[in-house]
Amino acid sequence: MATDHSRATARLMVSPAVLLLLAWMIVPLAMTLYFSLLRYNLLSPGTESFTGLDNYAYFLTDPAFFEALGNTLLLVGGVLLITITGGVLLALLLDQPIWGQGIVRILVIAPFFVMPTVSALVWKNFFMDPVNGLFGHAAKALGVAPFEFFSQAPLFSIILIVAWQWLPFATLILLTAIQSLDSEQLEASEMDGASAFSRFRHIILPHLARAITVVILIQTIFLLSIFAEILVTTGGGPGYASTNLTYLVYAQSLLQFDVGGGSAGGIVAVVLANIVAIFLMRMVGKNLDL
Amino acid sequence: MAREATVGTKILWTSLAWGIGLLIFFPIFWTILTSFKSEAEAVSSPALWDFDWTLANYTTVTERSPYFLHFTNSVVISLGSTLLAILIGVPAAWAMAFSPTRKTRGLLLWMLSTKMLPPVGVLVPLYLLFRDTGLLDTRTGLVLVLTLVNLPIVVWMLFTYFREIPGEILEAARMDGANLKSEILHVLTPMALPGIASTMLLNVILAWNEAFWTLNLTAAKAAPLTAFIASYSSPEGLFYAKLSAASTMAIAPVLILGWFSQKQLVRGLTFGAVK
Amino acid sequence: MGSITLKGVTKRFDDVEVIPPLDLTIRDGEFVVFVGPSGCGKSTLLRLIAGLEDVSGGTMELDGRDVTALPPARRGLAMVFQSYALYPHMSVRKNIAFPLKMAGMDQAAIDAKVDGAAKVLNLADYIDRRPGQLSGGQRQRVAIGRAIVREPSAFLFDEPLSNLDAALRGNMRLEIAELHQSLATTMVYVTHDQIEAMTMADRIVVLNKGVIEQVGSPLELYRSPKSLFVAGFIGSPTMNLLTGDAAAKQGAHTIGIRPEHLALSMDAGEWSGVVTVSEHLGSDTFLHVNVDGLGTMTARADGEFPARHGDRIGLTPDPARLHRFDAAGAAMTA
Repeated sequence: MATDHSRATARLMVSPAVLLLLAWMIVPLAMTLYFSLLRYNLLSPGTESFTGLDNYAYFLTDPAFFEALGNTLLLVGGVLLITITGGVLLALLLDQPIWGQGIVRILVIAPFFVMPTVSALVWKNFFMDPVNGLFGHAAKALGVAPFEFFSQAPLFSIILIVAWQWLPFATLILLTAIQSLDSEQLEASEMDGASAFSRFRHIILPHLARAITVVILIQTIFLLSIFAEILVTTGGGPGYASTNLTYLVYAQSLLQFDVGGGSAGGIVAVVLANIVAIFLMRMVGKNLDL
Repeated sequence: MAREATVGTKILWTSLAWGIGLLIFFPIFWTILTSFKSEAEAVSSPALWDFDWTLANYTTVTERSPYFLHFTNSVVISLGSTLLAILIGVPAAWAMAFSPTRKTRGLLLWMLSTKMLPPVGVLVPLYLLFRDTGLLDTRTGLVLVLTLVNLPIVVWMLFTYFREIPGEILEAARMDGANLKSEILHVLTPMALPGIASTMLLNVILAWNEAFWTLNLTAAKAAPLTAFIASYSSPEGLFYAKLSAASTMAIAPVLILGWFSQKQLVRGLTFGAVK
Repeated sequence: MGSITLKGVTKRFDDVEVIPPLDLTIRDGEFVVFVGPSGCGKSTLLRLIAGLEDVSGGTMELDGRDVTALPPARRGLAMVFQSYALYPHMSVRKNIAFPLKMAGMDQAAIDAKVDGAAKVLNLADYIDRRPGQLSGGQRQRVAIGRAIVREPSAFLFDEPLSNLDAALRGNMRLEIAELHQSLATTMVYVTHDQIEAMTMADRIVVLNKGVIEQVGSPLELYRSPKSLFVAGFIGSPTMNLLTGDAAAKQGAHTIGIRPEHLALSMDAGEWSGVVTVSEHLGSDTFLHVNVDGLGTMTARADGEFPARHGDRIGLTPDPARLHRFDAAGAAMTA
């Protein structure tokens, strides 16, 4: 298939994409690295000074950092828990004989296509608002004090919102995986006398294991960077209760104008994401039949 | 499964599935519903249909706020970045699919890995770069960023679609006397068109909903709908109904596109790790 | 018009030399078949001739013209692929017209040629359909039609019949052979099926791991295989090969005798053995026999031969048809 003539052309055709992505990766990242070694505040430009690893020292010893790190892990973990469990159950359900399966799928998939700012504001106001939201109304009807979602459990509220958005993704992926399971395998096991639960445990679940791993890895990559939902609901508060690493870096860079410190934080976020990415790339690489 | 389930089982599963489906869809449904209520009723009554239907909110939002500007921005940015990404991505994916070398695999994986970069990692330099080059709050700037952000997925998806085109057909074209231009024009493109369309579909959706760069690199002029809606987070007075109207209009295009793009979603966002 | 000469042609993929320097001359108008086991390089060789792969060394000539560096489009050859490689988005008519369009012919001339090919190949009924709506055999014909209209100096076939079922394969074999008769154009045909090779070829090129084991007419290869490999490859069922004492008695390392050259009797013979499996095809019967001291052999008997599982029979090899091979696997002629 390959001749010299086509090989040279091929190289030419790949280069724009490669060069652009290379520039995209290297240039800004290198600049972030550079800024992280400076004392640089946007409010006092021209007074930048080299400060070595001080920014990292401050950032990594700041209690806000640890709280943000913890929140990030809770956020990712919480959403993963809800979406994976919910996703598996929903996928199994949708695989059953149902009337109007196409429409149910559409209903379940829809939240993924709603932009994050809309999702967050809809949940914050129409549901979670203690005075005007539906949960508030329901509580009052039951004679209970309405739960103040964003003051009492800010991180949990955000987990709920994000989980609602990502449940469709997990469901769709897992449903695809379930439907790719060779029905003959299941029929063979039925003939071997396996109960529905056994079939689930010994055949369906292991087959899903790969898909679940992929969902976990991909969602984690995106969940580490949750931003808009926090911005429009709690603004990271109260205090740092609902700040994740992404929001912390944002706040430090663009709200406090501490570019040096924010850059250090950005590098930390990159390192964390890389760790996850390595696992994901290995999984993808295994599947690539090149 | 060759055997038919009993009607009873089917009823059970159907009720359960519809119940959960409606529950999940409810917030969207409620938003659309609320957009037809007056502000007073929006906050007070959890009514499902027994209220005064009105279109006032839609007129208020479209006439009293720069809604169309932001809608246009969303359209320009989504379509612009998609077209640019396709322009750059098609040749790259073509080369990788039809003239693979030992490095192709590594190259593809590397491209995908650039998508894993957390945007915060480059927030500062990009913001400063844009500020200093006058790209801050411009549609151009955002088109450029979103092109690069989604390019890995575009290349990846096109690659998988191109690989499904049998190489022998292109060889046949070559033997039939087609030069490169004819090969691409008469054979490759018609066969690749569905794949390219699918990729564009997914990319438009991803760009329309992007909510990091669109929030941080824009202000009044170039802000797309994501940012416009965000301005409702610090509202004045009663705003539920207006928020609903604005939200409904903002999500409607992509909700409709999304219903057609489930397969593309799986292909594009799991990077082939799930078949 | 359609002679092909390969001089010292080699092919390397990365560091692996899949075809060591190879010489071959194909005469104008010949039907040459490249045959060999999977991975022997026959398809690679065909693609080198087509120009779809670059040679790593050596030269290739078409009608005396050096084409080694020429791209496929300029070599004047036509190829029929294993998967037919029809353009799925074009009708049969457009598929066949495509090479002519590429050559810049005017529409009237194109239509005339396409209709001509359609008549020869009996495609007129489905000329406006798309490949997806056609059966395997029909697609096969369209692929051939597309090749014919170009009036190439040689046709290249890459295992064109492998995707067809047995009955269809037989019919298409005849059609291709008839095509060769009427067009008298050089045809280079790749297959792993030695029956196709034997029935269609003027000359057969047997390849093994990139090396030409033997070139000759089908009967030459059948009667005088030059190596163990060719002996074992040509002929169905395969030649019985024996080593040890039986071979030493004949002064060779290995001897071979084809199943059809063993005279069988229900009484005694030079060798004696017990039938383990008997395959009745109606016209022939193939017997698998456990021969005393020699191991399992296959023998062909007339369909009426009464031997069944468990019977003891006598086998006598025809001495004129006994092949002798030395320790290196080469045929011993003396």
